[in-house]
Amino acid sequence: MTKKRGRGMAAVNYPTGMNLGGDPSQALIHATTTGSFIVTLSSVDLGQGLKTVMAQICAETLGVPTDNVIIDTADTDTGPHCMGTFASRGTHRIGNAIIMAAKEARAVMLEVAAEELEVDAGDLVTDGAGNIHVQGSPQKAVSVLNVALAAHFKHGKSISGRGIFLQPRSYPEPETGKMAPATCYAHACTVAEVEVDTETGEVAVLSLKSAYEVGRALNPRMVEQQIIGGAWMGISHALYETTEPYYPDRSHGPVDFNQYLMPGPGDLPEFANVVIERPAADGPYGAKGVGEMTANSPIPAIANAIFDAVGVRVDSLPITPEKVLRGIRALHA
Amino acid sequence: MEYRKEYFSDARPEGLTEVGVTRQRSDALGHVTGKTQYYADRHFAGLLHLKMVRSPHHHARIVSIDTAKALKVPGVVRILTAQDVPQNIYTILCLIQVEPNDEPVLAFDKVRYKGEQIVAILAESDAAARDAAARVKITYDVLPAVFDVEEALKPEAPLVNEYHGRNYFTYEGHHCRRVRYGDVESAFGAADFVVEEMYQSSPIEHAPTETTGCIVVPDQNDRYTCYSNTQALYFTLDNTALILKSPFHKLRLVGGTVGGGFGGKVDVITEPVAFLAAMLTRRPVKYEFSRAEEMQVSSPRAAERIYIKDGLMKDGRIIARKVTLYVDAGAYSRHSPYGTTKAAAHMPGPYTIPNVWIDCHCVYTNRTPSSAMRGFGVTIGDFALEVQMDKLARRIGMDPMAFRILNAYRDGDMKAHRKEVEGAALVECIQAAADLAGWPLDDHYKAMSSMKREA
Repeated sequence: MTKKRGRGMAAVNYPTGMNLGGDPSQALIHATTTGSFIVTLSSVDLGQGLKTVMAQICAETLGVPTDNVIIDTADTDTGPHCMGTFASRGTHRIGNAIIMAAKEARAVMLEVAAEELEVDAGDLVTDGAGNIHVQGSPQKAVSVLNVALAAHFKHGKSISGRGIFLQPRSYPEPETGKMAPATCYAHACTVAEVEVDTETGEVAVLSLKSAYEVGRALNPRMVEQQIIGGAWMGISHALYETTEPYYPDRSHGPVDFNQYLMPGPGDLPEFANVVIERPAADGPYGAKGVGEMTANSPIPAIANAIFDAVGVRVDSLPITPEKVLRGIRALHA
Repeated sequence: MEYRKEYFSDARPEGLTEVGVTRQRSDALGHVTGKTQYYADRHFAGLLHLKMVRSPHHHARIVSIDTAKALKVPGVVRILTAQDVPQNIYTILCLIQVEPNDEPVLAFDKVRYKGEQIVAILAESDAAARDAAARVKITYDVLPAVFDVEEALKPEAPLVNEYHGRNYFTYEGHHCRRVRYGDVESAFGAADFVVEEMYQSSPIEHAPTETTGCIVVPDQNDRYTCYSNTQALYFTLDNTALILKSPFHKLRLVGGTVGGGFGGKVDVITEPVAFLAAMLTRRPVKYEFSRAEEMQVSSPRAAERIYIKDGLMKDGRIIARKVTLYVDAGAYSRHSPYGTTKAAAHMPGPYTIPNVWIDCHCVYTNRTPSSAMRGFGVTIGDFALEVQMDKLARRIGMDPMAFRILNAYRDGDMKAHRKEVEGAALVECIQAAADLAGWPLDDHYKAMSSMKREA
C-alpha cells in the first residue's frame, strides 16, 4: 500500500446577486417608544446568520448598538416584498435596502434630537452607544431612548424609514450575450493538499488553505463560518456526493443518509484562511456575497491535487475511489 | 482566520462600530439547544396529512386513475387530482416573464420523470394517507425516455415536454444562451497549442437538515396562512395565487427560519398543493417531504456536461476559449433557464481572453427537474475551468499560480459578456493563498496587481 501526496490550486470569482428579473428587496424600519428599532423584512434566514448581519448594518447606519435592533423576518402580511434569499444576494441587496431605510429613520431621529437639544440637526452625531450629541460636545447630549419617547409623545413624529434595492433588469442581447446580470464579484483562491491511497483509490484531503476577497467582512466570525461550511460542501461535492452514481442511468439513487455519502467530522482537513477586503462600490459598507463561493474553489483544487499526487485526471464529479483506481490502473497498464 | 489588511488599505474606511465586528448570531442559542421553532413545530387541531402518489415511470402516458379503493381507507378525507387545480400548468419564473408555463402541479396526461406528483391523499393520520396512497391504481402507457443531454438534442429523441415542443429552452429565438466576443476560430489558427477537454458532473442533493414542507391553515376570515420553510416567500405567494386563481390578499406566508436551504427551497412545490387542500377541506394541511422524497424528488443541482477548447500561446496567454455547456434541466424548467444564463455570463472564468465563444444549453430530459443550488450555474463551470487551467499550465510547463495571475482579469478589462471589470481582486487572492500555503511565487508575479495591467 502506498499513499501519495499532492498539492493543487484553483482560483474563482463569484457574482453577488442576479438581476435578470430586476430582483428587488425592501426593508421597513420603525422605532418603538423606547428607542428600539424594528426592521421588517420578508427575507429568510437559512442558518447563515442573515438576521444578525442585517441588525449590524442597521445599527451602524442609525448609530445605535446592534442589541437595540430587532429583525422581524418573513411574514407577508407585515413585511415588504423581498425576491428571496438566494444568489448570494442577502447581505448585499437586503443590506442596501436597510441602509436606505435606516438613513431615513436616522434623519427623523436627529430632527427630534435637534429640537430637544435646541441645536441644528446638522451638528449632531451618534456615539454608537445609544446617545446623540453635538459634535465635539459630548456633554450636550440626549439618549436615543429619550428621543424616541419625545418623538412619540411630544412631537408626533414617526421615526421610520423605507428602503429598496433595485438594479434595473438586465436583458441579455440574444446575438452577443451582452448583459449585466450581477453587480460586484467576490474572489477566492484555494490550495488543497491530498493523500491518495494507490491501493484503494481513496482520497483524503489533508489541508485547504484559501484566500477570500469578500468586499468587506461585516461579521468576521460569520464569514469564517461560511468559509468552513462551504469548504466542507466543496470537499463533499468533489469526492462523495451524487444522487445518481451512474448518471445518466437512474439506478442506485440514494434515499437516506446511509446511502448518500458525505464526509463526517473525521474527514475534515486542516483549514487556514485569509480574508482580503476590497470594498464593492455598491455594497453595504462595501460587502460582497461570500456564502456560495466558498464551496467552489476547493473542488477543482482537490481534483488538481489528485493529479499532482498520482498523475490521474478525473474530469467527472464526484471523484470516487473507483474512478481514481481505474485511472491509476490505466496509467500502469 | 487572518485578515490581510495591507491589500486595498486606502479603499477601506475604518472607525465603524458595529460593522466589521463579530456579534453572536441572534438565533444561535435556540439552534444549539434545539429550541428554535421551525414550521413543523407548530401544532394545529384537526391537522390533515398529505401524501403524494408519484410516478413509478420516467416517461409514461396516464391512461386512467382509479381512487375508489383509496377513498375507502378509514381516515381518508379527500383526494386531489389535476382536475382540482384551477391553473394546473405553471412555471416559477413566469413572474419574471420566463415562458412558457411547462409544469403541472399534479400530472394528468403524462408523467415526465420518476417521482412526479399525480394524486394527493388527505387523511387524518400519516399512516392512513400512506395506506391510501398505496391503493391508488394508475394505469400507464410507458413511453421511451431520454436521460442524456446530448441524446435529448438529437432529432429522433423522445419529446420530453410538449410545452416547449423541443428538448431545450429557447432564448429569444436561439437554441441556447450564447456569448460571442472576438473571433475564436482565427485565434485557434494562430495559437501555439489547442487544448480540448470534456467535463461532467452528477446531480447532487442539498441535504438540508430540515426537509422541504409547509402547513397551511384556514383562518376565520376566508384567508389562508402558510407556515413554510421556503427561501422566497413572494415566489410562493404569487405563484400559488396564480395556480389557484385566488386573490393575492387571501394568501399569507409565514417563514423566516429554515433548517438549511442551499437553494433547495426556492422551488414552489409543496405550498400550492397544501393551499389547495386547505381551501377544499377548510382544515389545516401539512405536506412534508420524507427524506427519500427530499433526495429523489426535490430538485437536485443539475448535472452538467462542459466542453472547453482553448487556444494557448507558449508565453502563457490564453487567446481563445470556446465553451459548450449542457445543463440537464430534467423534465421541467423551474429555475434552470435562469441558471443557464448565469453560467453563460460566468464563462470564460475570471480571466481576460480576447476571443470567446460560448453556447449554454438548457436541456430537457426525463430526469428529476433540477433547480437552484449553492453556486447555481457556476460551481460545475468553475470545476471545469480550473481543472482546464491546470492542464494548460502544465502543457507549457508554467507554474499554475503564475499562469492564473498572468491571465487574471484586471480593473478596466472587458469581459466576454461585455461588462467592464471593476473591483477585481483575483491576483491578490492568488498571491495571498500562495503566501499562506508556502507556494513559491516569483517576485515578478508577487508585484502584480488587479488595479492595473502591467505593460
